[in-house]
Amino acid sequence: MITTLLYSLTGLILFGMGLFTLITHSHPLRKILAVNVMSTGVFLILVATAYIPLGQGEVDPVPHAMVLTGIVVSVSVTALALILACRVQETSNLALLKRKEQAKTTKEVAG
Amino acid sequence: MIFFNAETPSWMISPIVVPLTAGLLCFLLSRRTFVIALAAALANLIAVCFLTCQLLVFGPMRCHVGGWLPPLGITLRTDGPAVLMLLMTAVTGLAITLYARGYFTCRISEPRLAGRHQRQQRYFWPLWMLLLAGLNGLFLSNDIFNLYVTLELIGISAASLAALSGKPASQLASFRYLMVSLLGSLTYLLGIVFLYRTCGVLDLDLLRNFTAGGSGMRVGLALMSVGLLLKTALFPLHFWLPPAHANALAPVSAILSALVVKGSFYLLFRFWFEVFASIITTSALNFMGALGAIAVLWGAVQAMRQQRLKLMVAYSTVSQLGYLFIAFPLSKVADGVQVWSIVIFMALAHACAKSAMFMAAGTVFLHLGHDRIKDLNGIRSSLPITVFAYGIAGVSLMGLPPSGGFIGKWMLLTSSLASLEWWWALVVMAGSLLASIYVFRVMSRFFVIPEGFSLKKSEPLSPLLEWPALVLALISLFLGLAAPRLLHILATGNTALAQVFPGGLP
Repeated sequence: MITTLLYSLTGLILFGMGLFTLITHSHPLRKILAVNVMSTGVFLILVATAYIPLGQGEVDPVPHAMVLTGIVVSVSVTALALILACRVQETSNLALLKRKEQAKTTKEVAG
Repeated sequence: MIFFNAETPSWMISPIVVPLTAGLLCFLLSRRTFVIALAAALANLIAVCFLTCQLLVFGPMRCHVGGWLPPLGITLRTDGPAVLMLLMTAVTGLAITLYARGYFTCRISEPRLAGRHQRQQRYFWPLWMLLLAGLNGLFLSNDIFNLYVTLELIGISAASLAALSGKPASQLASFRYLMVSLLGSLTYLLGIVFLYRTCGVLDLDLLRNFTAGGSGMRVGLALMSVGLLLKTALFPLHFWLPPAHANALAPVSAILSALVVKGSFYLLFRFWFEVFASIITTSALNFMGALGAIAVLWGAVQAMRQQRLKLMVAYSTVSQLGYLFIAFPLSKVADGVQVWSIVIFMALAHACAKSAMFMAAGTVFLHLGHDRIKDLNGIRSSLPITVFAYGIAGVSLMGLPPSGGFIGKWMLLTSSLASLEWWWALVVMAGSLLASIYVFRVMSRFFVIPEGFSLKKSEPLSPLLEWPALVLALISLFLGLAAPRLLHILATGNTALAQVFPGGLP
């Protein structure tokens, strides 16, 4: 029982840490990592839940099925988020480059 | 009829399987994707009509997928609200499919960037079909974990659809949209874990038996509600909606605004008024109502201040979603079932009117190349049908009779006065007034013909761009006349509702 509680609490703490990072950091990659930490936290609680109802070393298979589904979803969502983040980064970098070049040309013109 | 009897609930899987198959086919075959998508949308509508008939004749049905019974297996079920939401999705979906065809054909026909638009169209069809499958699954499913999967399916396809337009602003908005929807579904999943720990079941019918309501259930329900609220974009959590909806392609905006936000709202409503109704407290209901009231006013004021047509329509969605939440506190007097009819009516009317409005905005954008409100002068001479559709949709948003919005608002007003909580009625009326202001602000621009403006005949637009919007707007206008029939569908298998309006409807 203590072990289950320990795992569940760890999962909750991971969820909280991920949530904090997701809200406070603006970098896309950090946000994606934060979401992954959050989902790991939820999966940890689910795995711990599997232990409770039957006891005697047996486990409840339903939470395991849920964790497996969750992992599949999490992988695909992470892939999509990474692609979107790359696109966002590319366009913002391009905009930054353009702005720098413009600044340079205006400086040259002024000089 | 061999197929039409009470022993064939397996028809229920067709609204999920048909769009899913069509989506995969569209992805694999790069040609004739529109034909596949149109066939799937039509087949979906026919299947949903069939389910409605089945519901009316045999009452609510359950389908145990694969023959596994509830504690382990996943159940699908039809009842009044689910079937009405399916009908809404099927009708709006068919119109959006036709409109999208016209939209992409028009965009590809201009030589500049034709390749890019062709690519957009190629990815649009499979994603849209997957989204349709997810939505149908959400309305039919009866298992909280399966609902999580459908929510994720909707979130992924909606975020990819929002990113299709390829503009930097839309990419940033859709990244934020994806993050928000992920956060929402993870919170929902955490809520499921709490519920499963307390109750040990995932089926909604079995969960309903747990009326004791320990702290585990309360925490679980609270977490699930927060997750769903984030996806529904209720007032303080609406920040992601306007940029994501306004920067997407026009058919995508229509899909996102009309259908996707309704999915998570429908779940929230089902949880609060059906499954966990016994552990909901009055203060929680009042809290939701207050947030809804702020959303109505705030969204409308923001809509009035916008300079771009699509942003205005997007903020109007924030405002209209608020009405759905005002119905929450009224359940104290209206015994929960009348609230169902209010909410379903508002949702149906909003889905038709808002998709028509986004389509009209998209057509205006295609025609002019911009959607700045102050430069929209004189559109009515070149796009009369679109302007007509916009106006009719606006009538439904304002809630003038006989539109569906009127019936919803009328029921809100009467039940708020009956419960002696008149402040909700005030908010409803103020919201309608503000809605008429932001609708007319654009409408008056359409009719202003500036001096020196020649009534030049531009090349006529494809009828697919103008007619679907008009048809949807007319449906939302005449929804009020079909109210008794719709309430009959809603009340099937729910005898309490039949007595709510004994003297007929207003």
